[in-house]
Amino acid sequence: MDPNQTCTLINIAVMTVLMWLIPLQFVPFFIWLERKGSAIIQDRVGPNRTGILGFRLFGMVQNFADVVKLVMKENIVPANVNRFYFMLAPFWAMTVSLLPLLVVPLAAPLEMAGHSIRFQAADLGVGVLFILSITSMGVFGIILAGWSSNNKFSLLGSLRSSAQMISYELSMGLSMVGLLMVYQDVRMSVIVETQGRLLTAWGHALPLPNWGIFLQPVGFLLFLVAAFAETNRNPFDLAEGESELVAGFHLEYSSVKFSLFFMAEYANMVVAAFVIATLFLGGYQVPFASTQELQADPKLALVLLCCTLVLLKGLAGVFFYKRGVQQKHLYTGVKQAEPFLFAGLCFAVVVAALGLMGYGLTAGLPAGVNGVLIPVLQLLCLLLKVLFFCWLFVWVRWTLPRFRYDQLMKMGWKLMLPLALLNLLVTGVLLLTQK
Amino acid sequence: MKVVQRPGNKGPFKTYVVAVLKGLWLTMGHVVSNLFHPEKLPTVFFPEEKKALPPATRGRHRLMKREDGSPRCTACMLCATACPAECIHILAEESPNPDIEKLPAKFDIDMLRCVYCGFCVDACPLDAIRMDIPEVTVAGYTRDSLVYHKEFLMDHDNKDVVPDYNPPRPVLWTHGPHANP
Repeated sequence: MDPNQTCTLINIAVMTVLMWLIPLQFVPFFIWLERKGSAIIQDRVGPNRTGILGFRLFGMVQNFADVVKLVMKENIVPANVNRFYFMLAPFWAMTVSLLPLLVVPLAAPLEMAGHSIRFQAADLGVGVLFILSITSMGVFGIILAGWSSNNKFSLLGSLRSSAQMISYELSMGLSMVGLLMVYQDVRMSVIVETQGRLLTAWGHALPLPNWGIFLQPVGFLLFLVAAFAETNRNPFDLAEGESELVAGFHLEYSSVKFSLFFMAEYANMVVAAFVIATLFLGGYQVPFASTQELQADPKLALVLLCCTLVLLKGLAGVFFYKRGVQQKHLYTGVKQAEPFLFAGLCFAVVVAALGLMGYGLTAGLPAGVNGVLIPVLQLLCLLLKVLFFCWLFVWVRWTLPRFRYDQLMKMGWKLMLPLALLNLLVTGVLLLTQK
Repeated sequence: MKVVQRPGNKGPFKTYVVAVLKGLWLTMGHVVSNLFHPEKLPTVFFPEEKKALPPATRGRHRLMKREDGSPRCTACMLCATACPAECIHILAEESPNPDIEKLPAKFDIDMLRCVYCGFCVDACPLDAIRMDIPEVTVAGYTRDSLVYHKEFLMDHDNKDVVPDYNPPRPVLWTHGPHANP
């Protein structure tokens, strides 16, 4: 086989595995974020007891304890369920929730030793449509779980959920159409490339990045709300209205099968955050520094990366140090030392970043290093955007109460659908005037 | 018939946007203040940090002692009789002191049954039992470890007591062997 082809194949295989691992790695972090976020919004402290040898990672070890607990539980299959579909549903939910990330690019392609390394598992020509079609298949998992459980509460929960997902898919798809009219392409890599430029309106360049959120503000809002509804997240989590439906579609599930549903829910949100960030917030593009500019100026990527690291890690270090001082009187030993250890690590990263920047600016980095720094910087940028949306999911959940079912349907059909259509009309007219 | 319009019902054009933003602003305020001033949180980190108990807290029982170290209790069984949970088990024996008739050979309190009503303290004519040791975590790995014996109940020389513990104390004897201190 042609060595170039082999290289591409290896590249695709590695990226595919990575794209499955990334959301899975995000899930425990997301659960931790949800617990701590909800606690802090409600003036509580959140998980801070579970630890391994005294290391508590600010409550993140709680997730390991939960996983151990869920795996140890009895795997109950009730007597009158439809066994095949009952077993299939959680796997379906989990698989489908991980798939859309395959077309999301993590960074611009890297030219290295004659090969082009792409940070995207599949650059499909139907990119955005692939995401839409896969997310609409997510409803099958819920319907299968609700129907095969042979339980009225489960069935009602899954019915609600499927009705909601189908209603909100319309406005989701329509808000995406406006975006595609602006970008003139459905390929994800092209969409992200386009967002690296500056915004131009009627021939004038504006001091704004060419992001979807500025081109389609209404579309962004609609897509965001629809994404909340699609992921069955508060305020749209009617499928598991505890007061009416006990737990909704996953009522009869226990042990690992429940944890699969639970993880699928969070993986869905991670993927939704990636998709929103890619479509509307420029994906991996660093604002005001497009890939071409980064490649042209070898020091720009270095300075940006080091400055971001210094800022983030410096703030985190100060925060850890302050937390350590505040809790010093409470604990002894490892528990007392842990925040200071993290602060030390953060400050070490700050020092290393400053040193690297100083070395790069005075002595100059070797030729290949700048090329590697660009994907790292872009990945960091994408992750920051994704983290913001992860936090938004948590923030909104612990702020808003659940919608009533009629309010939900009214909003989906009578407000969001007309707004999406109107958005399309306005976008079309504006695009015509631009020509 | 009068039709009452619900306030603020704007039909399908209700967008919730302003209300949602207001709510998000409110919760973000909590996040910021709690993130940077965790000391203002009402949470007490319990095992490491203990709250001062209010005065007259009804804590764990203790058996008071005479000056010579013998129990003040005379095994009169009034506390065991008053106890609604029947958690006090007393076995009397003859006292070596000719002025005192009986002593408790065994004085067991079954903490698994005790309901902390304090009737035993009220019933005692000698102020021999008090509930003023500020232990609110009565816990053990076995049932037997939660039956407190006389020796354990009398071992309180170095223990803190609730400072302002002030149960109604009957003053029946002002002098003699049973005199209240």
